[in-house]
Amino acid sequence: MPEAQLRVFRGSPGSSGRLVDYDVPVEEGMVVLDALHWVQAHLAPDLAVRWNCKAAKCGSCGAEVNGRPRLTCKTRLSDFAEGEPITVEPMRAFPLVKDLVVDVSWNYEVNRRIPPFQPPPDRPQETWRWQQEDIERVQEFRKCIECFLCQDVCHVLRNHETERPFMGPRFLVRAAGLEMHPMDTADRTSHLKDEGGIGFCNITKCCTEVCPEHIKITDNAIIPLKERVADRYYDPIQIAWRKLRGRGSETGPAADDGNAP
Amino acid sequence: MAVTEVPAKPVGTARQGLGQTSRRDAWWVAPGVQATVFTICATYLFVSGILWTPIFGTAYEVDGYLSPLFSPLITPDWLPSWISPGLLILWIPLGFRATCFYYRKAYYRFYFADPPGCAVGEPKVHRWYRMETALPFILQNVHRYFLYLAFIPLFFLWVDAAIGLRDHEGHLRFGLGGALLFVNAALLTGYSLSCHSLRHLLGGRLDCFSCTARARARHTAWRAATWFNVKHMEWAWASLISVTATDLYIRLLALGVIGDPAIRL
Repeated sequence: MPEAQLRVFRGSPGSSGRLVDYDVPVEEGMVVLDALHWVQAHLAPDLAVRWNCKAAKCGSCGAEVNGRPRLTCKTRLSDFAEGEPITVEPMRAFPLVKDLVVDVSWNYEVNRRIPPFQPPPDRPQETWRWQQEDIERVQEFRKCIECFLCQDVCHVLRNHETERPFMGPRFLVRAAGLEMHPMDTADRTSHLKDEGGIGFCNITKCCTEVCPEHIKITDNAIIPLKERVADRYYDPIQIAWRKLRGRGSETGPAADDGNAP
Repeated sequence: MAVTEVPAKPVGTARQGLGQTSRRDAWWVAPGVQATVFTICATYLFVSGILWTPIFGTAYEVDGYLSPLFSPLITPDWLPSWISPGLLILWIPLGFRATCFYYRKAYYRFYFADPPGCAVGEPKVHRWYRMETALPFILQNVHRYFLYLAFIPLFFLWVDAAIGLRDHEGHLRFGLGGALLFVNAALLTGYSLSCHSLRHLLGGRLDCFSCTARARARHTAWRAATWFNVKHMEWAWASLISVTATDLYIRLLALGVIGDPAIRL
């Protein structure tokens, strides 16, 4: 039976950590998470690994495999050349808890601060009707499994300290799903620009490259939101036009022509 | 609506320093190739469009073909001979490409190493990172204005391609130069129609596509723009290379280095 050589990060906060080699017997169809479980069961019962569904739907088992943020349950050992060491490290953008487990609680704090879905008060939910073309755009954003690989690979979060906090691609996706929802009336443009710091994103598309759900994060969420911020704050013709028409906000179903603010 | 500021992210354990990474793949190949092609094309276009004509006086127009760098050709009497007519036009495509969402991704990576690759360390850890929230990069938000302006030379490129179907004696001819002018105009049209700002302005800014007849029409336009937009990177590179190749061909024709294979009627 062939063996895979796993090089797994072991360490705790305060220590520099080290890569420990484990030889794992490979069976057909094995993924990196299977190999980590084998290590836990046979060689290192104290190895800390976060996982849950093992079906690429819960988003718990994110790690950096050979330096690339990936779901370990979706990364097959057969993707690597035989004899090539497979390095497994924790998501480097977040504080370490132990071994491959990191503290991602900051993300939930960011999420809480996004203005929530706000339907029109005068339209009872049972009367809501919309067409497929209205909803298919935001359906893409609902595929997100919150694995936070996009947050991990985002160089703004990973490498820099920003002038103001940056919400990161995951929450720009969530904001896009709310902003573009046909029944939402809330206006998040100022939140995106100021509290969310959308201007820190320099659209290098790494978030799109690592998304296991293949959401076109940059093209379909971030750039359209940047354009909405430009409409509001950086486009003098649109600013003047809005003033002439006397309409500061025209989002969601309240708008007679479907325009965002 | 009560909204509080996003808290600062706690520091992680990412390796810092230029090129620091655990990646084993050849992540540097794509930005390396892109940087090489982009630098060659941009340098050539700058020299040809701005410097070459004032210094060497070589024609940019020959036998009914006009270089795309000088279209529409504007040669007012007040223009000194040491200023290239290309200067009056080239600032539009330069601004359009410099603020383009695709080119920003590319040059932030290969010129600014910000980042050089995904999950790859950068030369400097910024303690006060501002990027497109402050000058100069906040000016990237004017992209849509360069888009509007870009349609002016684009229109004239199609006109020039049609004019290129006749030689200087007025005879109809189907030459390689004319084919290049048409292909170049088509690729630049694809690049312009695939623009993210155009996609937004046509319909992306709507929340409801089905609410009115006008919104439905804009949804159709948005879908068409989306079809082009999916290949925005490909349009960007193909059109950059085609502009470079077309100008080079016409310059070589003007210098008499090559001839123009053509079917003349």
